[in-house]
Amino acid sequence: MNVVVCVKRVPDTAESEVHIDASEKDIDKSRLSFGINECDNYAVEEAIQIKERLEGNVTIISLGGKDSDEVIRMALAKGGDEAMRLEDDAFVGGDALAVAKALAAAVKDLEYDIIFTGALTDDDGFAAAGVALAELIGVPHATYVKDVEILEDGKKAKVGRELEGGLMEYLEIDLPCMLGIQTGINEPRYASFKGIKQAAKKEIALKNASDLGLDASDVGEAGSWAVLEKFTPPVVGEMAEIFEGEPEETAAKLADVMKEKGLV
Amino acid sequence: MKDIFVLLEHRRGEMRDVSVEMLSGAAKLGGSVVAVLLGKDVDEFANKAAGYADKVLYVNDDMFENFNAEAYQKALSALIKEHDPGMILIPNSAQGVDIAPALAVELEAPLVTDITAIEMEGDKPKPTRQYYGGKLDAHMAMKDADVYILTVREATFPADEPSKSGEVVKVDNPVSEEIAYRKFLEYVEPEAGEVDITQSTLLIGVGRGIREDKNLPVAEELAEALGADLAASRAVVDAGWMPSDRQVGISGKTVKPKLYLAIGISGAFQHVTGMKSSEVIMAINKDPDAPIFGIADYGIVDDLFKVVPKLVEKIKELKGA
Ligand SMILES: Cc1cc2nc3c(=O)[nH]c(=O)nc-3n(C[C@H](O)[C@H](O)[C@H](O)COP(=O)(O)OP(=O)(O)OC[C@H]3O[C@@H](n4cnc5c(N)ncnc54)[C@H](O)[C@@H]3O)c2cc1C
Ligand SMILES: Nc1ncnc2c1ncn2[C@@H]1O[C@H](COP(=O)(O)O)[C@@H](O)[C@H]1O
Repeated sequence: MNVVVCVKRVPDTAESEVHIDASEKDIDKSRLSFGINECDNYAVEEAIQIKERLEGNVTIISLGGKDSDEVIRMALAKGGDEAMRLEDDAFVGGDALAVAKALAAAVKDLEYDIIFTGALTDDDGFAAAGVALAELIGVPHATYVKDVEILEDGKKAKVGRELEGGLMEYLEIDLPCMLGIQTGINEPRYASFKGIKQAAKKEIALKNASDLGLDASDVGEAGSWAVLEKFTPPVVGEMAEIFEGEPEETAAKLADVMKEKGLV
Repeated sequence: MKDIFVLLEHRRGEMRDVSVEMLSGAAKLGGSVVAVLLGKDVDEFANKAAGYADKVLYVNDDMFENFNAEAYQKALSALIKEHDPGMILIPNSAQGVDIAPALAVELEAPLVTDITAIEMEGDKPKPTRQYYGGKLDAHMAMKDADVYILTVREATFPADEPSKSGEVVKVDNPVSEEIAYRKFLEYVEPEAGEVDITQSTLLIGVGRGIREDKNLPVAEELAEALGADLAASRAVVDAGWMPSDRQVGISGKTVKPKLYLAIGISGAFQHVTGMKSSEVIMAINKDPDAPIFGIADYGIVDDLFKVVPKLVEKIKELKGA
């Protein structure tokens, strides 16, 4: 069972302030930390578990700059076999469909039974690149996947998709296919020290647009149907009343409100 | 202006709220609203939709008894080719995200997902969507195209009262070939746990800010002092720190307690959907820009590990008094 996993390096913005930069189309990333997109981390784990059960190899693909190598190497350290990074100035600013075109070109000559992507990215949150990729290469897909079982003959998989309210929808899908992996499907492992050392020596094949047979006008912002015109701060409703002071004081104020409202 | 297609969503005999929300929103964009409904025995939904749409196009066929992305995509692309709408609104739901990107590729149409607002520029939609977990709004522009595909976040548009009586047109299933690659098997309900948090009066929502499961006693002590139950964000459930029946949000439970106190929860839309109707919302988070403060009534911007123990003391004092 050969598995391809698409991973993206994303900034961690959950706990940091996000500042719009001068272009208004991007954010100031200088003070942010980066890592693998959360769903993609689960996708890597799922791929490695399948390889451990059924043999085969795992190929990691990422579209991004040199810094993405750290994310790729971590996936290799956990058990990935081969890796490819797609980098070209032409790829910049692409919407999910443009990213999918580059990924489609990258997997074209690979032998795979399953392609995993994450269900969505933490930064853009399009939830679209994987399903678009599947359509481009003509394989069936399912996304928001939280359970995967390869059926006996290796020609089909039983897949559980997580719907609203936590309801699971089970379906059978032909391989090869593309599955968009949702968080919580497994318990992602940590890389071993040995794995990290071995991964440091592995080659990451670098491909630009022309290596992939893509015209610059097909990819990136030029090849996108939708472009980001401008970021603005979000429209928030009425902000919470924020209590100021030392923990002692703020906790007392919050407790007083609870009392007032008859909650204590 | 060309028609606006709105794909209705239903599951297990119920039309989902987002359907009427989208029809209500679409009615304000100008252009005729055409509700598109794929299902089996869905005449009742078709009639209901007519109250919100200028026209209802619906297919009653065994093929659509349960959701299948492959069948939906084939039917939608055939209907779009035949009727030539100017845009199609699809819910940004687990169903919608499984269809829209493939449909966009097939039709070579612009796609913007998870939109939270639409303005019109002539006949062309200009959607807004969020990036970075709701920390920024982004105004999107699309190249000119015959049809624009937008997936719409739940609760983006308020649901109106029915005010139209659109023509209801039942059409033959436009998909003649077999659905070969994907087969629906079954639905499996999430497991119930010890406590049904939808019944709790007071809830402490625990988020990733708790850092490790060995810190959970910090939240447990608060819950005990207050007489509250513990709930969790998805991040906490995914990490295995709390069981999934405690998860609040779009893929978990919807709760309406008298008090929801969120500690170390950022307030992602998918979480907020499940708790925004709580009577009083309080949040403790060290990030002043955390979206949770946008929906909370009261907040403390600080380290939860410093504030919560003090809060426990204060509550005990108040209770003792
Ligand atoms: C299809 C789909 C369905 C989803 N369904 C759900 C759902 O049902 N429920 C749900 O919750 N999520 C759901 N999510 C995930 C959601 O998008 C968020 O990723 C998740 O809610 C984040 O959880 P969190 O707030 O605990 O973690 P984070 O977003 O990582 O936030 C942690 C917060 O803790 C704060 N913090 C850190 N340390 C401290 C400290 N010491 N003191 C105080 N504050 C601190 C940080 O400032 C940050 O705001 C879904 C996502 C998708 C794509
Ligand atoms: N730059 C990228 N490189 C590799 N994979 C990507 C990239 N962008 C998106 N993907 C994959 O597509 C999934 C969905 O992304 P998105 O449509 O942006 O939400 C991600 O979880 C990744 O698996």
